[in-house]
Amino acid sequence: MSGIRFSKDHEWVKVDGDIATVGISPYAQDQLGDVVFVDLPAIGKKIEKGKELAVVESVKAASEVYAPVSGEVVEVNAALGDAPGTVNEDALGKGWFAKVKIANKAELDGLMDEAAYKTFCEGLH
Amino acid sequence: MSSATPTSSPGADAPLLVTQLHDLHVELGAKMVPFAGYDMPVQYPSGILTEHLHTRESAGLFDVSHMGQIRLSGETFAAVATALETLCPADFQALQPGQQRYSFFTDSSAGILDDLMVTRMGPGDGSDHIFMVVNAGCKDADIAHLRANLSNRCKIEVLADRALVALQGPKAAAVFARLVPESGKLKFMSGKSLNAAGFDVIATRSGYTGEDGFEISVANKDAVAFVKKLLADPDVKPVGLGARDSLRLEAGLCLHGNDITEKTNPVEANLVWAMQKRRREQGGFPGAGIVQQQLADGPSRKRVGILPEGKAPARAHTEITDFGGRVIGEITSGGFGPSLGMPIAMGYVETAHAAIGTEINLMVRGKALPAKIAAMPFVPHRYQR
Repeated sequence: MSGIRFSKDHEWVKVDGDIATVGISPYAQDQLGDVVFVDLPAIGKKIEKGKELAVVESVKAASEVYAPVSGEVVEVNAALGDAPGTVNEDALGKGWFAKVKIANKAELDGLMDEAAYKTFCEGLH
Repeated sequence: MSSATPTSSPGADAPLLVTQLHDLHVELGAKMVPFAGYDMPVQYPSGILTEHLHTRESAGLFDVSHMGQIRLSGETFAAVATALETLCPADFQALQPGQQRYSFFTDSSAGILDDLMVTRMGPGDGSDHIFMVVNAGCKDADIAHLRANLSNRCKIEVLADRALVALQGPKAAAVFARLVPESGKLKFMSGKSLNAAGFDVIATRSGYTGEDGFEISVANKDAVAFVKKLLADPDVKPVGLGARDSLRLEAGLCLHGNDITEKTNPVEANLVWAMQKRRREQGGFPGAGIVQQQLADGPSRKRVGILPEGKAPARAHTEITDFGGRVIGEITSGGFGPSLGMPIAMGYVETAHAAIGTEINLMVRGKALPAKIAAMPFVPHRYQR
């Protein structure tokens, strides 16, 4: 499967082979406001779908970012260390958080495509 | 993703109150959040970082109408000041007309019930009376406290028909002087009734950002027009409660409910400066014996500034430990300081660890993050004395 998928917790996943790149959605970054710090997981960490992957801190608050898929962290976006605001500026691109080696591709089926996610967000207002 | 630190407020089930400026906030695109029972702007579209930095560089305008405004009057100013001194440890009798003083209500254990600003209005403002501003979250309790204790000694009027805004930043004085040149004569911690471009206001040169600026009380009916007049100045931008919090934290100023509560006393809170010598010596306020004992013996813990060494902010309620892992205190306010570009915090630590430069650990998400006790304010005050 290809294309971007979203979770109900506002994380996104882009899949390339068995590697999923994970970040938070433009809706999520807008809700957070200015991101000032991202606490990224250690490389090699085994993560479970729906459990904490990272913590993102805005000026005001700390928020957990949940793993949209289970697997092992193989890479993190170290550039966020010096430029956490990238999450606000380019949530779907340079603001990615981590790359995860997917444990179970079937988990991706529960995620929304872009159109479904857009409808989901509109329903939140 | 989920927000881990929602804003809590008393009576969260009750419908939210709004200020006179509520519709204007919405019109300006503010993100509204519940705060102390009010629907308040946490930020405008430009965001907290921009609003914060704008206030440090130019002038920010804050709606603080949710706070309580109270007028205390009596036969003489001395009678009112003497009465209020039975509830607060400040020397109000010494106030000159127009002079303002920071104080707090204490309870019998010297706990801080609320902190407040007291201004002795001058003879030119009608009678010699006190204009008081208290915190939004405490105002109902404060008013009840005043009525229960002082109603036989002075007249207590809640000024519910007035809005309150803060104009803060290095350009605040120039902005306000364009509306009312006389405002330039006010020095830090003084106040006066003024006519600002046709609006009758009570202005005090004070604030909660560490910057020069004013808090301006204006009749509800004039509030929107007055604020629009201020916002029409190109140097002024609206600023929400989010930046208000980061600005006051950089300035080392206490937030009641976090940094000072009924469980902290003014000595450990490092607020001895707000209890003038005569009151410290003579007492005569709730908890005076405890304050005097704390002054004599030294407090067992102290409110201090804290600088985390890394980039991770440490929030309120973060445990502070020594290198042996023993808990020696707790952060009461913590976050990111936009003007410094790094995390900052304040909290209480055991006195033995309170010296500036002392190395401590902050327990953030199970990890010990190194930090140091630091001098406050983190950003120098720029008051016009």
